[in-house]
Amino acid sequence: MCRIGAIKSKEAFHPSQALYLMLPQQEGHDNSGFAMVMQDLYGVFGEYKDKPLMSLVCTTKGLKKVDDYMETHNFVAVQEWAPKVNPQPGLDIQAMPHYVFRNYDYPCSYQNASQEDKEALLLDTRLNLRSMLEKDGEGYVFSFWPDVLTLKEIGDPRDIATYFGLWEDSGEMMAKNVVVQCRQNTNYEIVRYAAHPFFIQGYTLCANGENTFYTKNKEYQKTLSRGYIGFESDSQCFLYTLHYALRELKWPIKYYKHVITPLPFEEVEKRPDKAVLTAIRQSFGHLEINGPNTIIGMLPDGSMITCCDSKKLRPVVVGGDETTIAISSEVCGLNTILPNRNREQDMYPNEREIVVITPELEVQRWKQ
Amino acid sequence: METVKTQDVTVNDLPWKIAYIPERCTMCGSCVATCTFNAIEATMERRSITVSTASFPEPTQRHIATPIIKQKGSIINACVGCGMCEKICPNQAIRPTRNQDSRFNLLARSSGSPIKRGGRTNLNKDRTLDKIVIGRISQMTDPSLDSERHTFDVRAPFGRVLLPRELPFAIENGELQMADKVPPVHWIYPIIFSDMSIGALSTRAWEAIAIATAYLNEKYNMPVRMCSGEGGMPVKLMESDFLKYMIMQVASGHFGWNRIIKAIPKMKVDPAGILIKIGQGAKPGDGGLLPAAKVAEHIQAIRGVPKADLLSPPNHQGLYSIEESVQKMHMSFNAAFNFRVPVAIKCAASATSVSVYNNLLRDPYKICGGFFLDGIQGGTGAANEVSLDHTGHPVVSKVRECYLAAVKQGRQGQIPLWAGSGVGLTGNVAADAMKIICLGANGVFIGKILIQLCGCIGNEAGRCNACNTGFCPTGICTQDPRLVKRLDVDRAAQNIVNYMLAVDSEMRKIMAPIGNSALPVGRSDALVTMDKDMADKLSIQYSC
Repeated sequence: MCRIGAIKSKEAFHPSQALYLMLPQQEGHDNSGFAMVMQDLYGVFGEYKDKPLMSLVCTTKGLKKVDDYMETHNFVAVQEWAPKVNPQPGLDIQAMPHYVFRNYDYPCSYQNASQEDKEALLLDTRLNLRSMLEKDGEGYVFSFWPDVLTLKEIGDPRDIATYFGLWEDSGEMMAKNVVVQCRQNTNYEIVRYAAHPFFIQGYTLCANGENTFYTKNKEYQKTLSRGYIGFESDSQCFLYTLHYALRELKWPIKYYKHVITPLPFEEVEKRPDKAVLTAIRQSFGHLEINGPNTIIGMLPDGSMITCCDSKKLRPVVVGGDETTIAISSEVCGLNTILPNRNREQDMYPNEREIVVITPELEVQRWKQ
Repeated sequence: METVKTQDVTVNDLPWKIAYIPERCTMCGSCVATCTFNAIEATMERRSITVSTASFPEPTQRHIATPIIKQKGSIINACVGCGMCEKICPNQAIRPTRNQDSRFNLLARSSGSPIKRGGRTNLNKDRTLDKIVIGRISQMTDPSLDSERHTFDVRAPFGRVLLPRELPFAIENGELQMADKVPPVHWIYPIIFSDMSIGALSTRAWEAIAIATAYLNEKYNMPVRMCSGEGGMPVKLMESDFLKYMIMQVASGHFGWNRIIKAIPKMKVDPAGILIKIGQGAKPGDGGLLPAAKVAEHIQAIRGVPKADLLSPPNHQGLYSIEESVQKMHMSFNAAFNFRVPVAIKCAASATSVSVYNNLLRDPYKICGGFFLDGIQGGTGAANEVSLDHTGHPVVSKVRECYLAAVKQGRQGQIPLWAGSGVGLTGNVAADAMKIICLGANGVFIGKILIQLCGCIGNEAGRCNACNTGFCPTGICTQDPRLVKRLDVDRAAQNIVNYMLAVDSEMRKIMAPIGNSALPVGRSDALVTMDKDMADKLSIQYSC
């Protein structure tokens, strides 16, 4: 079973915090990987917030292909940062030759393009690069989006942190939001793309659980958007549904819960908004999830969300102080990074709730 | 001595032979009285017997005339194996036995007419569903649910479902509001009581199913719906609150619709839906048939017809294309109830089913509220045997093909798929239903098993299958008032109710281990088969 976590803070912090959040929960996962998505970046990326940032791991050949592609498509690199790696004997990590975090400027022809067109371009570029590199296993593009950095690696999270120097707060890699997970997907094949969190067009999500409606979800999502690909993990379905409901349909966040875990018919019948809820349920019948799950998501504006399956079969806790709020599968993670918070205010969302942490760090509890 | 007339019909030419034990028979006459087919008679037989009445052997031969029960060697009076004689006999002196040397099929066309019978196909008994098991059981990756304690939504849509992006929502103050009308959709129990008409069934048998339907709804909150069949409905029912549990059927004969239309202004509630029958899986393309023998006075009244053979044409006259069907029939029936009642269509499964489904899915009016696919193992009250046994299409792969065609277009679930034919053939409706649902159906419809629960003893091994004759020995498929009295309506309804309660538990018993609290529509990953060809055809997992 996965353990998942997220930290949202008014002050930029270093990813080591994410490791400290997750490591106390290691009994619940198998230490088979480390993956995180950072948003609202500071440090070396702080000045380039509006420039799409590519998160790429690849071989030398793969890097050449990416360079050629970006050049051909008139993207101009404006900044590049690579972590200083510390290879040591005995580290459990399946490292690749190149870890590239590079900000680009949009092609000239897009300088005056609408935001929508720019976002479509970024998605298409990531998909094209992915497909180009995938054929021969030459690399992985995890995200290509302004102010978002993704790192995914296979191995022991502590060793991965040592390799990338994530234990030391050098001030280079800083963010106000991090979503994190310390496990590779062990249900299916071990591939980097299968590790949570997943990302598409500003939406990030990781999940702890098993989506028993995976096949149904997948079959339906494949036709909804060209960006809904991969499906290396059953949890990707949660992200695509979130993206579809919020970005494509522009629905308020609280309806996401009605899509993935609709209320029982008997309860809907008593609700004043039953026409809307019934319509959602029937039109989204194939995006409903079943099975035990907890979801942590991050939205383009930096809001974070969490919710559970309809039977509350997986745990999650939200807690924090005035500066930082964290979401974690287990409370021991919170106790490690936020030992002085008021624990009485910790929240354990129930099966009908969706908890939203706004960019202002206001915590909203939406009851389904 | 006469020369034997080899072409004469004798008992050994018939499909069933009566096994009679004269020593056990008291000549009470019950068997003769109970046999509706007039297949046996009480008669005298000359016997030559040896008797000895003294205290020591003193054999003498006597000729005596003794009364016996004897089977008639006649095609018209052929025993159908219903076993009513055995059921009534107090001494176990008589019973039908299957005759493997029957020449019935050669002799029964002697009038120059096709053989007609009721029931179901007796040739195509092989069942796909028995070769599939639900093999994806939640173990350590996720917990099984508890069928007794967790809540389950065992509901299926009946009505046209829109794509998410087609929903007419407006956002006001962070709330979604319905800004326009959407097609009516009812969430009902995923097992519909299938369309068996008053006429095909006795009014009492039909009533038993209607009582069971109402009881399941009112007492157990199971929203089971019953389809009327083509043949109209009692006016009192149409004017009652119970109409909401009924799906009214129109087929190519339009029988009963005159009264239905007249009753519309008096309806207090809307019916659950309208089902337009294009074809029937048991006799595709052959049209409906109600023999004159079954057109009793009350049937004439309900249907508005004289006493005659009632033939529903094999197609709807005046409709020559699917576009016309959508525009004329669907539109007009939608309009009749002011677009509040979903209108669905029932077709016989066919090599063309996917084309039909595609057309309906792409219909710009979004007017079709359900696609009912009826396969070769469906039942019927009366049909030509050649149709029953030699035409039709298995339903399982056809449902799967329709579902996958919709998946390809991202339109799955838009027109709910309902599958029927042989669901519950082995007595296990829940298992059959759940497997078909995993393959993509939203629900199933059942018919034969309902009348079997009422007491029908027919089967697909040629037993009885006399629904067309008016001589139904159980009072289910006849309009003869003396025979109808044999049916205990309350017990019949109770049997159906109890069976459905068991089915409901069994549905949960299947949903819980696969970790689903809502119906696993299209969850093909839950199924496995040990037949490689079947796995390939249905796109499910092969296991061995």
